[in-house]
Amino acid sequence: MALAHLAATGPVIPDYASQSSSCVVHNHLFCADWISNNWSRVLWPALRGHILLCLVAVSIGFAISMALALAAHRYRWIERPTILLTTFLYTIPSLALFELLVAPVGPNVYSAEIALVSYTLLILFRNILTGLRAVPAEVLDAAEGMGMSRGQSLWRVELPLALPAIVAGLRIAVVTIIALATIVYTIYDAGLGVPIHTALGEGPFKTELIAAGGLTILLALLADALLVGAQRLLTPWARARVS
Amino acid sequence: MHDFVEALKFIVHNGAISGQPALPSLTHLTIETLKVGAIGVAISIVIAVPVGVLLGHAHRGSFVAINVGNIGRALPSLAVLAIGDAFLGLGLTVVEVALVILAVPPIVTNAYLAVDGVDRDLVDAARGMGMSEAEILRRVELPLAVPLIFAGIRTAAVFVISTTTIASLAGFSGSLGDVIANETSYHFSGVLGAAICVAALALAVEGALTLVQHALTPRGLRIAQPERAAGRVADAAIA
Repeated sequence: MALAHLAATGPVIPDYASQSSSCVVHNHLFCADWISNNWSRVLWPALRGHILLCLVAVSIGFAISMALALAAHRYRWIERPTILLTTFLYTIPSLALFELLVAPVGPNVYSAEIALVSYTLLILFRNILTGLRAVPAEVLDAAEGMGMSRGQSLWRVELPLALPAIVAGLRIAVVTIIALATIVYTIYDAGLGVPIHTALGEGPFKTELIAAGGLTILLALLADALLVGAQRLLTPWARARVS
Repeated sequence: MHDFVEALKFIVHNGAISGQPALPSLTHLTIETLKVGAIGVAISIVIAVPVGVLLGHAHRGSFVAINVGNIGRALPSLAVLAIGDAFLGLGLTVVEVALVILAVPPIVTNAYLAVDGVDRDLVDAARGMGMSEAEILRRVELPLAVPLIFAGIRTAAVFVISTTTIASLAGFSGSLGDVIANETSYHFSGVLGAAICVAALALAVEGALTLVQHALTPRGLRIAQPERAAGRVADAAIA
């Protein structure tokens, strides 16, 4: 009786697979069969789009931040205005920033990427600059004494030594962007926000909410772990010192 | 440009749309947003500051205190709200739980780093003067740590405003996000107007808390070590 009542008034689950199991029909907490039936049609495209959005945003953000940090490393006055501007951008809530960009740019992938990139700048700029400034003066003197030019010293001494701080910044930026990219769906049809939005509109449909939300969190943890691994490979000297 | 003019008109009319009575005013929604956010931040402070401060005082648990911050950042607001919705249904309680889950990590991490980073020589000197552990904490470590502890609270507050608006996407009603999530009723001019209000609100809260943080900083610290204080905030960002 209770079940019949639920089925009659429960959420309307679209009959995608034309074989909705009773788990799906009754909207139980987690239906593994829905996942396997809808992985290639719903979840995988959303996950792929999410990864692409984040990769592009972090790459562009990293290039801009690196250029700004190198400039500020050389010309100190650049630091303050950059920090002010990037803090301003970082403070604007994501939902608002996306809409503010829609007015001039339109509801498209460009708005999404501009917003995501602007959230990476403060984190990356501050970490790269802190890393570069933390290189001990004696080390720079030694590099100069060995006859290195300024460019050689930067490329072969300062950047490698700043690498841990740079990777620390990248980890924060990547994880932040993966989280924020779920909001992109409000202006552009991509990312793991899309299935979350669909599921919310259907009752909510719990399996899809948990699957898409869980995938976002797993993606963030996996990306973080990959960056830690990359740092260990790139800085063998740090490992040697610790062990 | 036209969009922005219409959006400003929407703000000037305090969210009223001709032909549609009965919609809540922007002032009302702004106050609701602040109310929901303030409750979340207050609960988070009560939970997170003592944990961070005590861990920092003991110089223990750095791995936990710092990594809890990183894990907190990995949690997407919308996913946390959506999963909360799936398990319990979305009401004020679930929204507040989500806000606390997202706001506790940055406060714990900053409070830990703040107290842990207090000059050990000062603590030794205080101990040498015969201060008890509680006195050291209350009279030496806490005053010196206040600026950085407050920086964590500021980060959390801005985060909470952002998440409160996102809660509207998950079906919660009672914040400025309601307007952004409901383009059908408000049209794009209303959505844009509300987005401007949300951005202004976040910047205003950030600005106000920066002033409070400045006022709470002991005068000696303000005059003597502006460079050092700035450096410590940057360190917190790296961790």
